[in-house]
Amino acid sequence: MKLTGSQILIESLKKEGVEVIFGYPGGAVLNIYDEIYKAKFRHILVRHEQGAVHAADGYARSSGKVGVCLVTSGPGATNTVTGLATAYMDSVPLVVFTGQVPTLLIGNDAFQEADIVGITRSCTKHNYLVKDVKDLARIIKEAFFIASSGRPGPVLVDLPKNVLLDSTNFEYPENVEIRGYHPTYKGHSFQIKRALDLIYKSKRPVAYVGGGVILSDAAKELREFITTLGIPVTMTLMGLGAFPIRHPLSLGMLGMHGTFRANMAISECDLVIAIGARFDDRVTGKVDEFAPNAKIIHVDIDPTSISKNIQVDIPIVGDCKQVLKGFLKEIRANEEETEKVQGRIKPWLEQIEKWKKKHALAYDQEDVIKPQYVVEKLGELTKGEAIVATEVGQNQMWAAQFYEFNEPRTFLTSGGLGTMGYGLPAAIGAQVANPDKIVIDIAGDGSIQMNIQELATAVQYRLPVKIIILNNAYLGMVRQWQELFFDRRYSYTCMENIAPDFVKLAEAYGAAGFRVEKVKDVVPTLEKALAYDGPAMVDVIVEKFEGVYPMVPAGASLKQMLLV
Amino acid sequence: MKHTLSVLVENEFGVLSRVASLFSARGFNIESLCVAETLDPSLSLMTIVTRGDEMIMEQITKQLNKLINVIKVTDLSARKFVDRELVLIKMKATKTNRAEILRISDIFRGKVVDVSHKTLTIEVTGDEGKIAAMIELLKPLGIKEVARTGKIAMLRGAQ
Repeated sequence: MKLTGSQILIESLKKEGVEVIFGYPGGAVLNIYDEIYKAKFRHILVRHEQGAVHAADGYARSSGKVGVCLVTSGPGATNTVTGLATAYMDSVPLVVFTGQVPTLLIGNDAFQEADIVGITRSCTKHNYLVKDVKDLARIIKEAFFIASSGRPGPVLVDLPKNVLLDSTNFEYPENVEIRGYHPTYKGHSFQIKRALDLIYKSKRPVAYVGGGVILSDAAKELREFITTLGIPVTMTLMGLGAFPIRHPLSLGMLGMHGTFRANMAISECDLVIAIGARFDDRVTGKVDEFAPNAKIIHVDIDPTSISKNIQVDIPIVGDCKQVLKGFLKEIRANEEETEKVQGRIKPWLEQIEKWKKKHALAYDQEDVIKPQYVVEKLGELTKGEAIVATEVGQNQMWAAQFYEFNEPRTFLTSGGLGTMGYGLPAAIGAQVANPDKIVIDIAGDGSIQMNIQELATAVQYRLPVKIIILNNAYLGMVRQWQELFFDRRYSYTCMENIAPDFVKLAEAYGAAGFRVEKVKDVVPTLEKALAYDGPAMVDVIVEKFEGVYPMVPAGASLKQMLLV
Repeated sequence: MKHTLSVLVENEFGVLSRVASLFSARGFNIESLCVAETLDPSLSLMTIVTRGDEMIMEQITKQLNKLINVIKVTDLSARKFVDRELVLIKMKATKTNRAEILRISDIFRGKVVDVSHKTLTIEVTGDEGKIAAMIELLKPLGIKEVARTGKIAMLRGAQ
């Protein structure tokens, strides 16, 4: 049967098991929107294309499925760039369809034309311009395969209008054959044995775990690996949720705003076991002084991540889950060595316990509400079971430090790109994927204004996301840097008296608005907002000059932490 | 250190730009780049000359392999290989230097491909050393313009 390009797109999405599209219509994609209408395909109308990509991203991160977006040509397409770059840095599987002017007009500066394939080449895993409707089904198949396999990432498919109108016989390919793309999943068994030899010889090992463990659904294997060997484990921002934060072997997060014990442990250890992490500069601090006396084992599915920033002793290219399974098989066959290593690292664990007691994450709740207190109470009220999205800055770091994540795919944050305005649309996407869970956006008064328009989306689709604004009347993280490194010259970071009335704003959008100014009102108001049957925004007026600590200044060694 | 990479890619639009932007985005330098279709018209072969220490070359090779359209990357410099470049050199020719130019061209087995009252254009092929030596000798005689194809290369023997 002959189908048009638009029909092929919808049929292919059905074949891929896509449940929902996040999108925004426009001239170049009218034909697709007509097919969506006829097919009654589920579509969430966002209020800005950037919101569509972040929402698909939140959907993907919280569910493990591929997120799908549809936008029009020109400005619709260019508005997706920040979302794509965000997803690319954090390895989130997305397929973004953009409209394009007819092939005959490409290059003519036509109305709403943008060379989006050229523009997004460096912020997508791969991208396509479909020139012939006969290639469309194959390209869609490849796009989903590339997005979700290997190290996941966003793929963009650009669809010229004439391709959407042209017809061809539709047959969705069963298999994908791409000559230049064969990700390695299974770790080399010899490398695993060599790595295990190092682990069995080590006295002060630390596992350093990143988002790769969550992406490959390896949290279960990680737990067994860590608890069987009794090795302490620290997580990156992206790795939070991979291992229960309250577990005695957990050191919490490491890096710029990591815990004292995690940063001390990584600096003093004799072996780093990096799993699905990429030695980001916010994690390593000064590269020369990162784990200076340690051998390094690095498990990663992306060969380019290995020995990029830090020279690695034993690289293992493979999927975290598969490699951990490989480790577990060897470990189970070697009980004697496992017991020996547990005994040998006892003094190391005692040392870590001392560090933990010396400087734990803490704050003093006095008269004015402390942001950490709000996050901590949120954690208690939701029993740590909510899905938490964040914006970027202090709100993000306090959420990471004080919410206490225990399960993978519950913490959604823009780790790599650091995109303000990510949280609200991501929370919306996560709520679409998880209708029965509590979804919270922990926000700042600055960040929330970057994609505030998506409140309308939440209201329209009755998505009961809860937005908790830690309102300190400043772009807090930048202010903190100005306080520490620029003699308190608060250049363009003060938002006092110029922020909108967030309660009225929420109400104007049709959501519930709350404001809290006193410590005693924090818990009751959060309770009210959480119980509210619909989207709610809580404006919490917090201490203006509270900082995020510990803090390792950019470029300093991890041991040079500012503690208060 | 200088490295010559042989990169087999899909013969599709946009692939050259992906490879080029990979180098520019990561601050790697391309000294020369040569690309054309292979016997199989669905594939192209790129010969890229670049510079970097061991760590940079490892990253370049890995990053190239990561591109979906790249099928195979070989660092020829690690093995024995032949390389050739074709160069056109336009000389300022006068009564006095014309004979000398032709003599030098002969020594390097160059070929005169164009001649006018004021110029002589020579075609020459060779490896890096030969081309460099010839240009060095021709320089004092007055080079007007040089066009080079960039290096193409292949492993020696049955590899």
